[in-house]
Order: sequence, then structure tokens, then C-alpha cells
Amino acid sequence: MSNEKSHASLYGPDIRTPALKRPHSALLGPELLQQAVWESFGKLAPQTQFKNPVMFVVYLGSILTTLLWLQALFGQGEAPAGFIFAVTVWLWFTVLFANFAEAVAEGRSKAQAAFLRSAKRDIMAKKLDAPRRDANYSKVASPLLRRGDVVIVEAGDFVPGDGEVIEGVASVDESAITGESAPVIRESGGDFSSVTGGTRVLSDWLVVRISTNPGESFLDRMIAMVESAKRQKTPNEIALTILLVAFTLIFLKTTATLLPFSLYSVETAGGGQPITITVLVALLVCLIPTTIGGLLSAIGVAGIGRMMQKNVVATSGRAVEAAGDVDVLLLDKTGTITLGNRHASTFIPATGVLENELADAAQLASLADETPEGRSIVVLAKQKYGLRERDIHALGATFVHFTAQTRMSGVNLEGRQIRKGAADAVSAHVLELGGTFPRQIQSLVDDVARRGSTPLVVADGARALGVIELKDIVKGGIKERFAELRQMGIKTIMITGDNRLTAAAIAAEAGVDDFLAEATPEAKLKLIRKHQEDGRLVAMTGDGTNDAPALAQADVAVAMNTGTQAAKEAGNMVDLDSNPTKLIEIVETGKQMLMTRGALTTFSIANDVAKYFAIIPAAFASTYPVLGVLNVMGLATPASAILSAVIFNALIIVALIPLALKGIRYRPVGAAQLLRTNLLIYGLGGLIVPFIGIKAIDMLLVSVGLV
Amino acid sequence: MTANSVLQITVYVLVLLACAKPLGGYMARIYEDRPAGLNRWLAPVERLIYRLCSVNPAVEMRWTDYTVALLLFNLLGLLALFALQRLQGVLPLNPQHLPGISPDSAFNTAVSFATNTNWQGYGGEITMSYLTQMLGLTVQNFVSAATGMAALVALTRGFARRNADTIGNFWVDLTRGTLYILLPLATALALVLVSQGVVQTFSPYRTVALTQPVTYEQAKLGDDGQTLEDAAGNPVTETVAVREQTLAVGPAASQIAIKQLGTNGGGFFNVNSAHPFENPTPLSNFLEMLAILLIPAALCHTFGVLIGDTRQGWAILAAMTVVFVTLIVVIVPLEQAGNPALSALGVDQQPQASQPGGNMEGKETRFGITNSALWALATTAASNGSVNAMHDSFTPLGGMIPMWLMQLGEVIYGGVGSGLYGMIVFAIVAVFVAGLMIGRTPEYLGKKIEAYEVKMASLVILIPPFVVLVGTAVAVMVDVGKASVANAGAHGFSEILYAFSSAGNNNGSAFAGLSANTPFYNTALGLAMLFARYWLAVPTLAIAGALAAKKVVPFGPGSLPTHTPLFVVLLIGTVLIVGALAFLPVLALGPVVEHLQLFGAH
Repeated sequence: MSNEKSHASLYGPDIRTPALKRPHSALLGPELLQQAVWESFGKLAPQTQFKNPVMFVVYLGSILTTLLWLQALFGQGEAPAGFIFAVTVWLWFTVLFANFAEAVAEGRSKAQAAFLRSAKRDIMAKKLDAPRRDANYSKVASPLLRRGDVVIVEAGDFVPGDGEVIEGVASVDESAITGESAPVIRESGGDFSSVTGGTRVLSDWLVVRISTNPGESFLDRMIAMVESAKRQKTPNEIALTILLVAFTLIFLKTTATLLPFSLYSVETAGGGQPITITVLVALLVCLIPTTIGGLLSAIGVAGIGRMMQKNVVATSGRAVEAAGDVDVLLLDKTGTITLGNRHASTFIPATGVLENELADAAQLASLADETPEGRSIVVLAKQKYGLRERDIHALGATFVHFTAQTRMSGVNLEGRQIRKGAADAVSAHVLELGGTFPRQIQSLVDDVARRGSTPLVVADGARALGVIELKDIVKGGIKERFAELRQMGIKTIMITGDNRLTAAAIAAEAGVDDFLAEATPEAKLKLIRKHQEDGRLVAMTGDGTNDAPALAQADVAVAMNTGTQAAKEAGNMVDLDSNPTKLIEIVETGKQMLMTRGALTTFSIANDVAKYFAIIPAAFASTYPVLGVLNVMGLATPASAILSAVIFNALIIVALIPLALKGIRYRPVGAAQLLRTNLLIYGLGGLIVPFIGIKAIDMLLVSVGLV
Repeated sequence: MTANSVLQITVYVLVLLACAKPLGGYMARIYEDRPAGLNRWLAPVERLIYRLCSVNPAVEMRWTDYTVALLLFNLLGLLALFALQRLQGVLPLNPQHLPGISPDSAFNTAVSFATNTNWQGYGGEITMSYLTQMLGLTVQNFVSAATGMAALVALTRGFARRNADTIGNFWVDLTRGTLYILLPLATALALVLVSQGVVQTFSPYRTVALTQPVTYEQAKLGDDGQTLEDAAGNPVTETVAVREQTLAVGPAASQIAIKQLGTNGGGFFNVNSAHPFENPTPLSNFLEMLAILLIPAALCHTFGVLIGDTRQGWAILAAMTVVFVTLIVVIVPLEQAGNPALSALGVDQQPQASQPGGNMEGKETRFGITNSALWALATTAASNGSVNAMHDSFTPLGGMIPMWLMQLGEVIYGGVGSGLYGMIVFAIVAVFVAGLMIGRTPEYLGKKIEAYEVKMASLVILIPPFVVLVGTAVAVMVDVGKASVANAGAHGFSEILYAFSSAGNNNGSAFAGLSANTPFYNTALGLAMLFARYWLAVPTLAIAGALAAKKVVPFGPGSLPTHTPLFVVLLIGTVLIVGALAFLPVLALGPVVEHLQLFGAH
């Protein structure tokens, strides 16, 4: 495994997402704002408005007051035309502000989609007649390639479509997709065999079997996802919309019935004017949850956008939402919890063997071993025993490669056969040569495994010399992150192919809640199903083809971009950075999205109290002047009171756009604490803020002489 | 508040809460069919009932079947009660020879008692025969209460079960609730009430001599029915002496016990528990008042036991009790403060050893301010609707509080069963919004709350305000609606609003000023009661069915705890916000204006 890219990000010590690499529009860039302003008008079409029931009510109310204004302008109006006009204008602003919020959120996604689309160009593919490098090829435009076609991609060529490498090794520039400029290695077989259309081969060549039909490629799916984010409502969004509609209906009948009540009151009190339709519409719009109604779709779009910023492509908003609900995280040990490569930490000689002798043999056996483990043995021998690196050719040695059959590697020199490998393999080897495998070495092996390390046994000919301890290095900071996850209520389970003893030791060191040792794809699948049957939501990451069934079963499945095509298709998110720890950030983003919705709903409803105190005394000022005691804010006139409430209601949408786009901060402090904090900020704050805001607007209106 | 007030209120609340655990536990055993004494001794009776009705108690029902059974049974009861009223003139046990009842009134009363509302457009002792009272009204008092409890138990099973498609058997829940819970409690209470002097007899009404004969002047009428006038044109008067009075009696105690226990509230006599034969002594008053909230409060614990986490039940009971006690502390001083118009006339309204002081209009001297206000609160907190004082005569804000308690959706204790299932629906709404704020798809008691549950919960919180507001709006728009109002101004508006708040939340109490026994009100309020009862029960059972089919999400540190003080506050906030926001404008036009005008003028 000599993949630069995967080493850089899979095994890098950095467990946080690297800084953004792709050009992202700033949160509120001027160009984006300008475009959003235009789009807010475009969204005034009834069929667009109809999709958001709360704002549709505002829309209808605006039309109604516009008509009332025209009536007042050209005939007998129910109120002064100027007042109706002012209310009408601000009602239209309310609608436009909500459109604007959505347009800003979409604008950011559209910029991302445009960037992706620039990577999708028509490429002349070299289609092979037969799946061999030396077969003849003909040039075919990439959109004409079908699933199963085989192409050759040579240095400098663009990969014409998503596919599987079936022959060759090459370095590939994937920056168009991932934003990562360092090239990655793609090779046939193994977990690094998938290539994505639009990426470029820098050196060597690849024979690729195309795996998607035109329009179904990864890039197509990403673009479709980003662009359609606003159209598909997620389950929770649907549920919340229903609740908001219920609130809207409650307030609709509260305000609609006020007209007959007002008429009756005028009749029975013997004086005053009945409430006007304009005031009723103003009251209705202030009461219905327009703040959350206007920002709801922006929150959803922005949630997916934030995933994109973290270089995660979700295939549905549903997946992002589910991420917030995750109860169980399955994490691969290697690359996620531990650094990918194990390091030799000690040489433990058998009785009667000198440490130096063991170190010498171990070094010889590893000189030509280019794996990180092999290198670390050479390094340890040098650091600890002063054994300098020797030239294997000068020694006249021949290197014996590791194979799946022998499960050993080593050297042959001067009649010596030095081998290192798994205990059972070396034991078999030694016995075959007529030697014995001492029980003491077996117990050394067990000790090392119990410590969570991997034992390698070194033998010289028929003589077992001792054990090399290869230590897994647990990533720095990972234990703290698991503690955070525990606070969030998420259980972490480490998945490893190691035996139980090793797994238990590493699990304890890393602070995971549980582990699955000697994991097979079937065992993983079973574990996921078991947790799901208990009602838990399971998230996992994976990159190999054998992860695909588990990825398909998991509720939140993040495939590594470096992974195989099968894994990417089975998952519902793809991490372009291929950083398995990012699952934690994905969960946080999902939670943020739900929290933002809940907080703004609470805020929206809490706002109503102040609006009542503004509008009710104003609306019935002529019938029941005694209700003036409810004007606790001391608003100047009935007209200014109503107008201030409407203006506040519209402006608060704009004021909260940044919050809707960024999402409210998530802190892993446990549910009760989180609820208390958010209730205080958005519930209590929602009660108090409008009192201040409405009063301020009223004072402003008075000072500029508008009322 | 006087020390005496504080003491009486404290004793009442403490006794109520002390009863919740044993009774709640007992009811849980009954519904779970665990041994609880009575349900073993009377098991043959239960089996006999099933055999007679050919019910197989082992058959479990889906929520749809359960709902159909519930609705059919209620429809049957409604029709039977309607027929009984229409035909009472020719049926036995009618010593006063009362005639059959008009169709609109009979419809209104049949709906009223089948829906556990017990709104009474009629006066009991001058309208209903003993047979109608016993076989019609009392029977409905039992089964309408048992129906509400059955629906609650079904909802509880929705939470307790996992991956299930059934929520119990309606006939079994109905039978057990009646036979083992309501009957024994009602029997015991009836006997105690009889000991206090509540009447229980089949004898006709008694004519008794007045100990203090009354004489008064009355205009003399001629043969043509016109007032006679003397030569000067003044009316000719004659002196009339009244020496005897007709006292209405009847099988009252048996009906009063269940009317209180089953949150029914329909009095045997017209003035309900203000009548000395219905509620003669302070002890009978205390027990009747306790009986109002007894089962609704205890059901919270039953709920906790049935879902396997008693803390959840206590949290809900705590939320109810906090609102209840807070409002007591508000309403008693309001009534004790008295009427500023009387103070202006120099009337002493201070409490003294010889008088309770305060606003005593429409209150019985034997109950005074505290017990009248406490009863008013209990009866409107629960959807009982019985009265021992006239709510119409309360101070404007003192009358607003009972009205608002009804408008909250009858979930502060509420009707037996229906109050708690309403509160659970509010909890679902509270959990939905709060759950989002902790960054998870909301779940309540381990069940995920999704679009379907929110839809049904929305219906439950939407329908009562809809019925109340639209009903009131129609009434103030039509002449037949306005004609029944006794008082002008804001108070008249409050009377109409109170009537629809009562019917639209299945309470049944009334602001007496409204003459509601007219075809318009009988029909409009009858429809309001029907909608409020069944349009809530059906979505609630739908939630039960949907929840039962779900898996249970295990509780973890990331889950929203729903048994903590924070959640209690949240639940209260949800109930109050929804109630306050929907009704604030309309209350402003009624009691608030009346209060401001009254106190502004003095």
C-alpha cells in the first residue's frame, strides 16, 4: 500500500477537517446578495409561494391589503390609504425577505454546483475494443460511453467517466472533485481502484471499466443533489411544517373570528369602529410563525451547504437530518482511531537469545521491506541498538516478499533463512525445518497481543529468536472526541480485524465504548442490524467493497472518496477528504440543522406575546379605550403600534438569516443542559426581544414623523 | 388570602395528591389484569357480561377497530338516551308526570351526556323523570367516563408496546373501567353522601309547610287576564301568603357520586351542587370536590405504571398541579377582594368571623369564598362542569380564570381519561419543538415523533379552539344567538364565549346568564360537544396505533429527559402559550374589558 493521498489524509494525525480547499462563496458576498435580491422577486410566483404554507398566508394577506389600499385610493377605504399602504409595503417585504433568505442559501449551493459542473466537460475517450492495454482503441465522446465500456486513460488525459481500474497504476489529479491538489494513486485491485469522471491522470496509464451510464455519474449526482436540495422536504421538515400549519390555522381563526367579535362589541358597547381588515391581516401575519416559516427552507439548504463546505457530499437532505439522530458510531480502528501504520516498539528475545542478535536478524529481514511496519523495524534497530542500515545487495541477499500464502517475509543470505511474520506462520515454518517453537515464545506473543500490539516472530532458519512488538498508535485527541460523543449520547464502537485481546487493549486506550474484534463483513452487518432492531440509528464509514453491505444497512453511511465504487454507491454520503473521523462533524452538522429549526420555532412563537400587547389595544382603541392599559410598551398611536409590529416581524427574518445559514452552535453538553440553554436564549429571548424591537421601531417612526 | 383559605386549599391539594398513588396503582392493575382484589372476586360477573354481549376478551383490536367500537357504542348510548327522554311521559318511575322532552333539548342532552360534557340546557327537577335520570343520565355518566379512560389506556399501550399492531380491546377496557373502578368508587361515595343528607328516594316531590310563611303584594288580574285598575287608574293589588313549598327529591345521591367521579357534572337538580339536597354540608362539599379531580389525577400515576416509568406520570401530574395551584392563588384573592361597586356604596366586604366577605353574589354562605372559588377551579380544570356557586356572578377576572382553564383544552387534570390523553398530546407537541432544540428527531417515551403523530396532535390542539371561536362567532352574528344574552356589554359577550368554551371542551359548566335552552343553542352547542369529543378521540387513537407500531428508542444521555422540572416547565409553557395565544384577543374583549371598566369606574 503505497498511496500518497491515502497516507496523507487517512492516516494523518489531523483528526479535524482540513481547511476548505474549494473556492467557496463568502457567507454573504456582494455578488451573491445581488443575485439573491433578484431571485426574491422571481420567487413571488404563486406556485412557488404555495409550497410554503405559512408564507403563502402572508402572500395572500399582502394581496388582500393591496386591494384594500387601491380601494382606499380610488374610493371609500376602510382606513386612511397611507396607513394601509404602509402595512401593505411591509407585508410584501415580509414575503420578499423570506424569499431572500431562501435565495441566499440556494445561491451558495448553486455556486458549488457551478463549480462542479465546470469539472464536467466533454472528453474524448479512448474506448478499447478489448479489456487489455494493448488492444485497439477508437475515440468516442464521453457522453456516449455506457456502463461496461472499457477505456484507456493515459498521462494527461481526463478520465471520461466513473469506473473501476482493471489494469495499471497511475497518479491522478482529483482536485476537480475534492479540491485537494496533491495527486492520488489509483491502481487495479484493492480499495483504491475507483476513478471519478473529470479527474486527470498525471502519469502512467489506467485501463478503466466504466461503471455508470450517462447522467448517472457521481458528478451528476452531486450536481443534482446540490441543486435539488430545496425541493425535497426531509421527514422532519414535513413534520415541522405540519405543526407550523396548525399554528397558522389557530391564529387564522383567532383573527378571523375577531371581526364578528369586534362588530358585536361595537354594537353592545354602543360606540367605536369595528376592527379593519387591514389590522386583522397585520395581526394575523404577526402571529403566525413567519420567522421560522420564512427561514425553514433556507435552514435545510444551508445544512447541506455546510456539509459541502466540510467536503462531504450527502446524497439526500434526509441523510443529513438522520446524522443528527445517530446513536451508534461504528469506526474502523485503522486510520480512524489509530494511525494507519504500526510501529515497532521493542524487540523481545527468547531465552538464550541476545537482544542484539534479535535486532540484527529483525533488521536484516526488514531491509527490503518497504511497508511502514518494515521501515519502523529498521528505524528501531538503528535507534536502539545502533545497527546501521546495510545495503542488501552488497550482502548478496535475496529478499523474500510477503505473500498471502506464507504470511512471512525476510531474506536469504549465506545459507541463512531469516523470516519474520505472524506467530502461527513462523511456527509452521520452523517446525517444517525441523526446529521447535518454544512455548516461551508463544507466551511472549500472547503478552504482546494482550497489550494491544501486534506480535511478529523472527526466526533464523529453524531457530525462533524472539518477538517484535508492533504498536498501534492511537491518534492524539481522539479520546477527548469520544468523550464528547458520549456527552452527545452517542456510543462508539471500534471495528477491527484484530483478535479480542488486542482489540480490547486498544479500545481501552482510545476510550471507545465497545469494540467488534475479528470483524468480518457479516459480523459488521449483524452488529448494525442488532442496534437498529433496538431502535438505534447507526452511522459508519467505509471504503472497501466488502464494506458495501454494511454501508447500505447503516442509517448514515459515509463512503470515503478514495474508496471503491461499490462503497460509494452503498453510502448516502461521500467524504471527499476521505477522513473517517469526519463522521463526528457530520453528526454535529445534522444536529445543528435540527436545533436551528427548533430554536427559531420557539423564538417565533414566543414573539407573539409582545405582538399581542402591541396590536390588541391598538385594534380596539376606539371601541374599548380601557384596553389601553395593555399598551405596556407605551406605543405612540394605534397606527404606529400596528405598523411597528409588522415592521419588526419582517425585519426579524432578515436579522436571523445569518443564524439560519450558519446554524446555531452545538455543544456536546448533554440533552438537558442544551435544552435549558436554548430555551433560555430562544424562548425567553423570544419573549423579550420583540418588546424592545417594537418599541424602538415605534420611537423611530415617531421621530421621523411617519405617524 | 386568609389563613383559613390557605389551610383549606392546602388540605384539599394534599389529600388529592395523597390519593393519586394508591388509586393510580390500583387502576393500573385493573387495566393490566393483574390481581387487585375486586377483579378476582367479580371475575364471574365480568365473564358473564362478555358472554351476554358475545365479546371475546382475548381478541386484540387495531386502532381502527378500537375507534369504531368506541364510536358505535357512544352512538348507541346517545340514541338510547334521546329515545328515553322523548318517551319519558309514557314510561314508569315518573311520579311528577313530566312530559316528553322537545327534540332539540333531547338531542342536546343526549349528546351532552354521551360526550361526558353534561352541559344542561334544562332544569333537572322540572324536566327529567326518575327513570330518565337513572337509566339515561346516570348510565351515561358511567360509560362516558369509562370510554374516556379506555381511550387513554389505549394510548398508553401505544407507548408501552413495540412493533405491535393492536392497542387492546375496547369492550374489555370499557367493562373493567366501569365494573372495577367507577362502580365501587361511586357506590362508596353515594353512601357517604347519603349520610350527609343527600336525598336518595323514589318518592314523589314533598310539599312541606314553611316555618316562616311569606306574604307579598301582587297585582290582581281580571277574568280577561288583564291587570285590574281602580278608578284612579292605579293597579289593584292583593296580598298573597305562601305557607308551603314543593321540595324536589329523587334518587339523587347515586347520580351525584358518579357525576363528580366521572368528571360528568350534570346535576340532579337545576342548581347542581349549590342545592342543599345535592351538597348539604362542608364534608359533602369536600368529598364532592375531591371526587372531581380524584380519578384524573390518579390516572397520571396509572399512566406511569403502565408505561413502566412512574416518573413520567408524576411529571405530568406536577405540570397539572402547578398550573392548578397557581390559579387558585390567583382566583381566591380576586373573589375575596369583592366588588368595587359595592365598596363604593360603603358595603363592608372584609372577611370577619360573622361573614366571609368578598364577592358573595351567587355563592352559598355554607361554602364561602374559598370553597366556591376552589370548586369553580376544580370543576373547570377537570372537564366536570358541576357547580356549587354561580360562575356568572364571579368578578370579571374571577370568572375568566375558569373560562380560560376550559379553553386550555381541558388538560389541567381534565376529563377522566380525556384530560390526560389531551395533556399527552400537548407533551408530544412540546417534545417535538424541544427535541429539535437538542438536535435530535424528537422522541417521547422512546417513540419517535414524526409527521403522522404531529399531524394528529395538531388536530387535537386545533379543534377545540376552532369549535369555541367559530361557535361564538356564529352566535354573536345571528339574532337568535344574541337574543339569549341576559346582560349587555362585555359581560354578555363573556356569557356566549363561556357557553362555547364549555361545550367546545366538553366541560358542561355554564355562565348562568345565558338562556341556552333554545333550538339555536341546543343545536349549536350539541354539535360543538360532538366535535370536541370525537374529533379529539379519533386522532388520539390514531396516534396510539401509530406509536404501538414503532420501535422503542432506548433512553440515553442524548435523549430529552421528560421527567425533569425543566420538562414540566416546558409542558406548562406549551399548554399556556397555545391557550393564551389563541384566546387572548377574545378574552380581552370579554372579561378583561369588563374588569377594566368595573375597576376604572370605581
